[in-house]
Amino acid sequence: MDELRELYQQVILDHNKNPRNFGELANASHHAEGYNPLCGDRIHLFLRVADNIIQDIRFTGQGCAISKASASIMTSLVKGKSTTQAQELFDKFLQLITSDPTQPVEVSGLDRLVVFAGVREFPLRVKCASLAWHTLKSALSESGAVVTTE
Amino acid sequence: MSPHSTAAARLEVERIRRDFPILQSRVRGKPLVYLDNAATSQKPQVVIDALVYYYCTQNANVHRGVYYLSEAATRAYEGGRETVRRFLNAASTREIIFVRGATEGINLVAHGYGRRHLRAGDEIIITAMEHHSNIVPWQLLCEATGAKLRVIPINGDGEWIWEEAVKLFNPKTKFVAAVHISNSLGTINPIARLIRLAHEWQVPVLVDGAQAVPHQPVDVAALDCDFYTFSGHKAFGPTGIGVLYGKETLLEKMAPYQAGGDMIKSVTFAKTTYNDLPYRFEAGTPNIAGVVGLAKALEYLRNVGYDKIAAHEQELLDYATAALATLKPLRIIGTARTKASVVSFVLDGIHPHDVGTILDRDGIAIRTGHHCTQPVMEFFNVPATSRASFAFYNTTREIDALVEGLHKVIKIMAA
Ligand SMILES: Cc1ncc(COP(=O)(O)O)c(C=O)c1O
Repeated sequence: MDELRELYQQVILDHNKNPRNFGELANASHHAEGYNPLCGDRIHLFLRVADNIIQDIRFTGQGCAISKASASIMTSLVKGKSTTQAQELFDKFLQLITSDPTQPVEVSGLDRLVVFAGVREFPLRVKCASLAWHTLKSALSESGAVVTTE
Repeated sequence: MSPHSTAAARLEVERIRRDFPILQSRVRGKPLVYLDNAATSQKPQVVIDALVYYYCTQNANVHRGVYYLSEAATRAYEGGRETVRRFLNAASTREIIFVRGATEGINLVAHGYGRRHLRAGDEIIITAMEHHSNIVPWQLLCEATGAKLRVIPINGDGEWIWEEAVKLFNPKTKFVAAVHISNSLGTINPIARLIRLAHEWQVPVLVDGAQAVPHQPVDVAALDCDFYTFSGHKAFGPTGIGVLYGKETLLEKMAPYQAGGDMIKSVTFAKTTYNDLPYRFEAGTPNIAGVVGLAKALEYLRNVGYDKIAAHEQELLDYATAALATLKPLRIIGTARTKASVVSFVLDGIHPHDVGTILDRDGIAIRTGHHCTQPVMEFFNVPATSRASFAFYNTTREIDALVEGLHKVIKIMAA
């Protein structure tokens, strides 16, 4: 039960119910689609990037609480950041959710992403938490291919 | 209690449960509640013992050696074929081909029959509730031959729309492949009726029986199906073994599927002569232990008795359907009039994956996802469902645990 509370923290449940930056973005310069065949989660990510800065970012799609909250929090965090900063945040985030759950969380630079520390206890849910981020990476690389987590 | 289950005919579920070692285990500190039987079933001790006995006393290659052990292994393997023949009521062991599972059985027919007999413009009929295993091999066949897929639609209860099925048949129809019992909706389909209709058009029918064999007797002679396939692991046998039944007249007209080993009678560099049925379709060293285990599983099933299994599973289905209906945000997907013990559902505003994770912490194993039937999910406009599927060893107590677990899910997710 404690692990479940840790996974489904209030912040995550709130973002699941009221996702921020939800919807399409007119005049997007970048777009990518992400798909998790395991649970059928799908995300469309729209970005407006200028001078290497993510000016605006929105998403649509459907998914579990973890993937939706992850997309919601990610979009809030990377808005206004440079693409390099976004990439650095992604690396830190991946490190967090795949780190050893018996070790203390390395919080520096993670900002609100620490609420996903509970994912460490649920290896099957890592893909849910990282789907939006992988999609962001794909959008920024402009490969245009559908990202899947398989 | 169902009115049909008199005291004498009732399945003694607690005694049955002791036949399955894994059902005594605990996961995450809780007693295991295994409700994912449509994905794979648990194995009784007699099946496990049969595998151990085979490897301890009989292991050798089949059809080759001239020594004692090879003879023993061959006898065990061919004895298993006879067990399956009787189980399915096939006319001859020549009609029983061992494959890895239902998926391979379907691929064998799509390849061996389809590539030889279908042409551009021909039509293959499948249904809207097929498992991906009974869709993709036919799509590949269509790509290779220029044939076209036609799909029998379903209604909101998850039943075939019969009037539409009838309309799909025409002189271009050359093959029908259909699921006997749906793995994601539980629907028991009127397969005999579809076979009769197809035969009026002289069209052969393959039945995907992966979900039928664990629940009800299958008589291929009575059904008059042309092909029938199922997986051992869903019917209390080992993984990696399955059966393809085919009418001898059709198997005789099929191209080889895989080549090498036992499928060959003689090889020269000028010409290869293929072996007789059924060996023509069993290339390489077969899964001998798998056959031994499967035969034991089918004997076990027969000993428990399909009548008792059916009565108990109907009780579980009715109990679960009623119990789940008490959960307000829950909607059952798949409400056919005749159903196997499979209940797919969605909880309003809660993704199935979250349901699965929370139940798992209480040792409850259900399936969440699209169940390899994405067209079904699309039809019902859901990304995925949660699915509880029951075997005869499940109990109403376990359904209570599921419902209690779902209350917890709702509470956590609503927090
Ligand atoms: C209806 C149906 N057909 C085919 C299959 C494929 O079976 P296997 O993976 O054992 O080949 C399944 C398994 O989920 C099934 O439920």
